[in-house]
Amino acid sequence: MTLMLKGRQSWVFERKPVIAATATVVGPFEGRGPLGNDFDIVHGDSLLGKDSWEKAESALMEEAANLAIERAGLRKEDVHFYIGGDLLNQITSTSFAVRSLSIPYIGVFGACSTSMESLALAAHLVNSGGARYVLAGACSHNSSAEKQFRYPTEYGSQKPPTAQYTVTGAGAALVAESGTGPVITAATIGRIVDMGIKDPFNMGAAMAPAAVDTMTAHFRDLGRSPDYYDLIVTGDLAKVGYSIACDLIQKHQLPIDLNKYNDCGLMMYDFNTQMVQAGASGCACSAVVTYGHLLRRMREGELKRILVIATGALLSPLSYQQGESIPCIAHAVAIEANPEAGEGA
Amino acid sequence: MASKTMQKLTPVQREYQKLAQMHEPPRPVLRNCIRAFFAGGAICVLGQAIQQLMIQFGGFDKRSAGDPTVAILILISVVLTSMGVYDKFAQWAGAGSAVPVTGFANSMASSAIEHRSEGLVLGTGANMFKLAGPVIVFGTVAAFFIALIRLILKGG
Repeated sequence: MTLMLKGRQSWVFERKPVIAATATVVGPFEGRGPLGNDFDIVHGDSLLGKDSWEKAESALMEEAANLAIERAGLRKEDVHFYIGGDLLNQITSTSFAVRSLSIPYIGVFGACSTSMESLALAAHLVNSGGARYVLAGACSHNSSAEKQFRYPTEYGSQKPPTAQYTVTGAGAALVAESGTGPVITAATIGRIVDMGIKDPFNMGAAMAPAAVDTMTAHFRDLGRSPDYYDLIVTGDLAKVGYSIACDLIQKHQLPIDLNKYNDCGLMMYDFNTQMVQAGASGCACSAVVTYGHLLRRMREGELKRILVIATGALLSPLSYQQGESIPCIAHAVAIEANPEAGEGA
Repeated sequence: MASKTMQKLTPVQREYQKLAQMHEPPRPVLRNCIRAFFAGGAICVLGQAIQQLMIQFGGFDKRSAGDPTVAILILISVVLTSMGVYDKFAQWAGAGSAVPVTGFANSMASSAIEHRSEGLVLGTGANMFKLAGPVIVFGTVAAFFIALIRLILKGG
């Protein structure tokens, strides 16, 4: 078997692990956004009938995980490992969701980059023969994130135009060694980039350099030209971070066609009717946009190869109160239409 | 950004922050001020109307009418907070809804509701003053020093 490591920080998956099934579950506000029809379950109640935001978040994840397993035609016992995480302290939402699944579990934290971090690790496990089926998941809830990182949800504070709106939702992808879904061909694990930004209401600006760093590393390690992809998307840079990233791309002379570069944080909500300031954020943002919207476009044959770069701000409520800057990270995963399965047919 | 914090940054970080600032949409300060003026003013007019009603029909005099007026404003704010309306109004009104007594009531009610899931004592009780607490602490400290200045200047 050839070495999986390519270049400094990338993996090339020779055996091309397959995304056998995905599931996305979102809250009512996300359902009203432009991608509403791409999600599998849209809840009418953001509490999901539970008595706390945290329990609701956990329920979202559990529901997405169960649905992904069911869609892959598997039983819980068939899934070898679950890799996932969320934004809450000690990633309780994920751990509590997996409690009822009784699947051997690896909890990961990469803030909003968790979606691609878990998918990359799942692909790695399957590619190396460490597992046949791995479930990767990420979730976030607007209110539980507000409660932990900012103010009580009903508190009347005026948010600046750089602020972002955490997505209520959960996305899960079942990675299998063979099957008919899209394949994962490569991943690039990011390093931490800290440009000294301290404002937790301006995460896009904090995260943009990390996204561009991982992007650069991906193309360098793989010797690939950005043209290889039909679409490059970042996780949740939103308006401010996206425009900075575009600037950095041009400044570093990366040959990326900016028409083929987008951001999940810009796609999630309708800026005219929904009050989300700069755009969307949260673990669920890149998870549900990728698993729900982008893979649907891939199934329909519109997209053949995509690169998803999920971005994460690795701060805590304590760290910014103590005046620390925000360390950021980004992980990239390359997803391609399955040539053998006649995708898009 | 303060020059002191800028000095601690590396040249690359400094250069990036300049670039980032160019992309940052500015806070609409003038618009926020105008909205705050009208929203805050409207709340005060409402308070004045309630006070007037208390004097006319409630049997209060000008001095004592303040107490039921504040209580009613607090009640309105708490009801709007519980209904999930006050925070949306506040995104529009800014300081206009934060500064009057209704903003103070909102900060306490929202904290109380938010932390109810952690129980009555450690949740609601312990967190109710999470946002209002600093106002009370620094309000008291400021009052002490103002009183001290008055004492020194006017002598009791």
